[in-house]
Amino acid sequence: MSAQQVLFDAPGPKAKRNILIGNIAGALLIVGLLAWLTITLAERGQLEPAKWTPFLEGRTWEFFLLPGLLNTLRAAGVAIVTSVVLGLLLGIGRLSHFLPLRWLAGVVVEFLRAVPVLLMMIFLWLAIGAAGIMRPQDIPFVAVVTALTLYNGSVIAELVRSGVEGLPKGQREAGMAIGMTRNQSLRSIEVPQALTAMLPALISQFVVILKDSALGYIITYTELLQNARRLGVGEGNLLQALLIAAVIFIIINFALSSLANRLSKLLSFRTTGTTKKENVSNVVVADPTNA
Amino acid sequence: MDGFLSLFEQYDVAGAFWVNIQLTFFAAIWSLLLGTLLALFRISPIASLQWFGASYVNIFRNTPLTIILAFGVLALFGQLVVSLADDFDLNFFRLAVLGLSLYHAAFVCEAIRSGVNTVPLGQAEAARAIGLSFLPAARLVILPQAFRGAIAPLGNVLIALTKNSTVAAAGSVAESAGLMKTMIEFRSDMVIPIFFTFAMGFVIIVIPIGLLTTWASKKLAVAR
Repeated sequence: MSAQQVLFDAPGPKAKRNILIGNIAGALLIVGLLAWLTITLAERGQLEPAKWTPFLEGRTWEFFLLPGLLNTLRAAGVAIVTSVVLGLLLGIGRLSHFLPLRWLAGVVVEFLRAVPVLLMMIFLWLAIGAAGIMRPQDIPFVAVVTALTLYNGSVIAELVRSGVEGLPKGQREAGMAIGMTRNQSLRSIEVPQALTAMLPALISQFVVILKDSALGYIITYTELLQNARRLGVGEGNLLQALLIAAVIFIIINFALSSLANRLSKLLSFRTTGTTKKENVSNVVVADPTNA
Repeated sequence: MDGFLSLFEQYDVAGAFWVNIQLTFFAAIWSLLLGTLLALFRISPIASLQWFGASYVNIFRNTPLTIILAFGVLALFGQLVVSLADDFDLNFFRLAVLGLSLYHAAFVCEAIRSGVNTVPLGQAEAARAIGLSFLPAARLVILPQAFRGAIAPLGNVLIALTKNSTVAAAGSVAESAGLMKTMIEFRSDMVIPIFFTFAMGFVIIVIPIGLLTTWASKKLAVAR
């Protein structure tokens, strides 16, 4: 139920008047906050045209923002594909009827989910560099993609598992009844439906991948944030450059989130599972279904 | 093995983790306060506050945390000379807490809202039917159920916050991710033991939080 419906009854005349007063007070407060921000920025000389005009020039976009965005999308795009593959493998491992495999997949997923992505990224970056097996200019990209894959693959594995476990028992029973083995019913009945059910959650995870690709900034990967910083240092407008980079991220992520929301409504009749956006328990070992 | 142990004498690993725990602790308090306020805005019947809450959540949830923390150091401190403390390191620490709090408040807000959403409409209707007015109904019937429903998602936010405290490395705070980088750079012969030391440190911090919040959310779950 929506929070509004639970908490508030349909307002009468008196409540309507109170809401109107609250509305005006709230609007004044928000306008005041925005005005204060604008005035503070103007006083510190941040609204001067010289700080903003670089973003109207072609070379700013050609040499800094677009190449950065391209690298961000490249890392995120590759990481999305590889983490879905890893997630399916680990997820099916977690659903296996072979106990050691299920146990191993559980431990791997738990470990990868508990370790911060940044630690894995720095580790891979320095370890690959120390091993000397790759051209130095490729290392940050590989480290970003691998770290994102390991972490998000483990989250997607949990999505696959909870997606399959969210299906009604009758689905598997029907598969068995027409003579399928458990693996056949898993492959051709349960996982395809689970994939449909988990699609909205999966797309929300893509937003996480795209956002976390900005961690590459710390290991010198030349993605959007890195290039925005370089631009800002050169032009003396770091604040503006970082704001523009943030706006680009927000637009792409907002579009993806909206897609996830719309899909969760559209797809609910395509599967017997629930198409919730977030349905992953916070710790694998505490999950009773992981016995 | 001796070489590995001598690393702990040379570098203050526990101290670096302590910085992460402090970052997590302060950011958890601030983001809980701000997130609760935003959740109140979003569930209030006042349209302008709803709009503000929704905009805040959409903006901060879709911005990479790395940008927010880099913004603190490069733009707030570097360009606007915002100072939250006289001490140089403490200033960066507080800017990082500010960034982490602003970012996670958006997730706290959504966690609390999802808790309110677990309460069925019938509960509110029953409360009104027995003659409870708004405040008693909220205090006695709806909010107790809503808080219980919010424990598991809030636990997820706390776990994410703990792990994300490493991103403070982008905000010039000396914490465990930065120390791991320094240690590996100086002892590249022990890359893997050093990584696993730090990784296990996070496993040891994060898994109990998860177990505790999962246990609490089940123990306090409202049977329906």
